[in-house]
Amino acid sequence: MITFKNVSKSYGSKKILKDLTFSIRAGEFVVLIGPSGCGKTTTLKTINRLIEPDSGEISIDGMNIRSRNPVELRRSIGYVIQQIGLFPNMTVEQNIAVVPKLLKTSKEQWKQIVQEMLELVGMPYEENAHKYPSELSGGQQQRIGVLRALAASPPIVLMDEPFGALDPITRDSLQDEVKKLQKRLKKTIGFVTHDMEEALRLADTIVFMNEGEIVQMASPEEMLRNPASDLIRDFMGRHTNPHSEQPELFAEDLMRTRVLKVPYSLHTLECVDRMNRREVNSVIVLNEDDTFMGTVTLDTVRERGKAGREIGELVGNDVPAIDRRMPAQEAFDLLLSSTANYLVVLNTDQTVAGIVTKTSMAKAMGEALWGAVLS
Amino acid sequence: MTLMTFMGEQRSEIIKALTQHIHLVVFSVLLGILISIPAGIFLSRHKAFAAPVLAAVGVIQTIPGLVMLGLALILLGTGTQTALAVLAVYSILPILRNTYTGITEVDSGILEAGRGIGMTRRQMLFNVQLPLATTSIVSGIRISTVYIVSWATLAGLIGAGGLGDLIWTGLATYNTNYILAGALPSAVLAFLFSGVIGLFERLLTPRGLKGGRA
Ligand SMILES: Nc1ncnc2c1ncn2[C@@H]1O[C@H](COP(=O)(O)OP(=O)(O)OP(=O)(O)O)[C@@H](O)[C@H]1O
Ligand SMILES: [Mg+2]
Repeated sequence: MITFKNVSKSYGSKKILKDLTFSIRAGEFVVLIGPSGCGKTTTLKTINRLIEPDSGEISIDGMNIRSRNPVELRRSIGYVIQQIGLFPNMTVEQNIAVVPKLLKTSKEQWKQIVQEMLELVGMPYEENAHKYPSELSGGQQQRIGVLRALAASPPIVLMDEPFGALDPITRDSLQDEVKKLQKRLKKTIGFVTHDMEEALRLADTIVFMNEGEIVQMASPEEMLRNPASDLIRDFMGRHTNPHSEQPELFAEDLMRTRVLKVPYSLHTLECVDRMNRREVNSVIVLNEDDTFMGTVTLDTVRERGKAGREIGELVGNDVPAIDRRMPAQEAFDLLLSSTANYLVVLNTDQTVAGIVTKTSMAKAMGEALWGAVLS
Repeated sequence: MTLMTFMGEQRSEIIKALTQHIHLVVFSVLLGILISIPAGIFLSRHKAFAAPVLAAVGVIQTIPGLVMLGLALILLGTGTQTALAVLAVYSILPILRNTYTGITEVDSGILEAGRGIGMTRRQMLFNVQLPLATTSIVSGIRISTVYIVSWATLAGLIGAGGLGDLIWTGLATYNTNYILAGALPSAVLAFLFSGVIGLFERLLTPRGLKGGRA
């Protein structure tokens, strides 16, 4: 358990942290969020004594951290930053083993640790341990950054916008991995972000800060339901709706965007091949200008398809196409009453934005109701 | 008499001068390294001193060699030691500057991560900053060495020997052969030193910095 008691910090006459009092339970995933410059990083860094507060007290498991040697304290707390900061002159293995080595772990032991760590994130030892950071992608580098922080089994890990510089897909998968790791290894995590989506997805508790003060400290659900200020409401953006109790959703909020689309001129056999590879039994067919033409199912192909002919000849219109701004409820009714098991969502220019399936709809509604759900 | 036959005749004298020259260069640069690397490390940890010290050393560098040599002569007398001292002073700046920038240019994210996971300043220096600065430091040594090969010809003036002896003799007697017998080996020497140290530079660069898979 980490406890802040009346912690303050100023630079010159500028108050950066104003009398912070709060605590983080053991095993809790706490996300600090708030506008730029509100003091998130400063708060985080007071925990591993990279920054010393002017007054107040921070204790870990009841012990004032001032009474601890800063270097030893830091070795017992994992630390991950946005710039990653892997040592470029060391291999992946050496980077992960840095803290265990500082703690005088035997070579056998740290080798073992490196193996286990790499396994944890699905990066095979043989393939990765002897690479240098410059030979890894950004996402892989930050995975190693996380592993370096975890290697000495610290009970607490601090992460300052660790995924802020990664592309959205990589960020997604790293968020999942970190959440899983935290649950499995039962870590206490202090995590800074200014992305509410990330906070909702990861946090047990969100601490919303502004100008050096805590505005609200609550579970994601509670914060979605009852944001304590307009600023927080703004941050929630599309996750809440200020005008009604129920979030206002549209078809576009329900859809998934990764769908198989083929041009009408594609040969039937090639089309079947692609459908098999993607394991789908229905495909969206596009006109020459990428607008929506219709759909074709595998069954139709089997009944009427001829090798060498264009797939466009088989197009049917039994799957309803809707506008992306159609209210969610209408889309919901339509999907339930239709014989098709999905809807095609169109942009205003009649190109395809995505599809709504029962699964994508359930997921979106779950998120709207309970905050981000982990799939 | 052609240069070739002259050099053939004076072979033993040339070889002696060359050996002395190499001694002068190697020992003065070693001395320079012994001073500049620790000094560079010191400056990187006490940055307030860095600008004034580097400026002061820069000024020393601009004092003409002859003046410096004259001063040293008055203070220390003639001989090899005086020459070594003067040459060492001239070798300091490039090594010092490259050590300092090599260490201080290490990315701040790396430093913060290192500190945050509990490395001491000393551990950061020896395990991260110095390895990352190696290329820069060795390149400073290369620059210094090439300088010193040519500055070392001045040593002949105060009786420290070296290829300068031949050149000064040639200048005093209007004998081109002597001048060339001193100047050519000195040029070749500079070239060789530069090549060999350049090789070290590549060997010592941490593999992770070379980009791509080694
Ligand atoms: N060493 C320093 N000297 C003076 N002011 C500082 C120093 N470090 C931080 N500050 C100021 O303290 C305030 C809080 O900084 P902090 O880094 O904690 O913000 P943050 O919430 O992490 O912001 P961001 O989202 O931009 O990372 C900022 O206004 C910053 O300019
Ligand atoms: Mg910050």
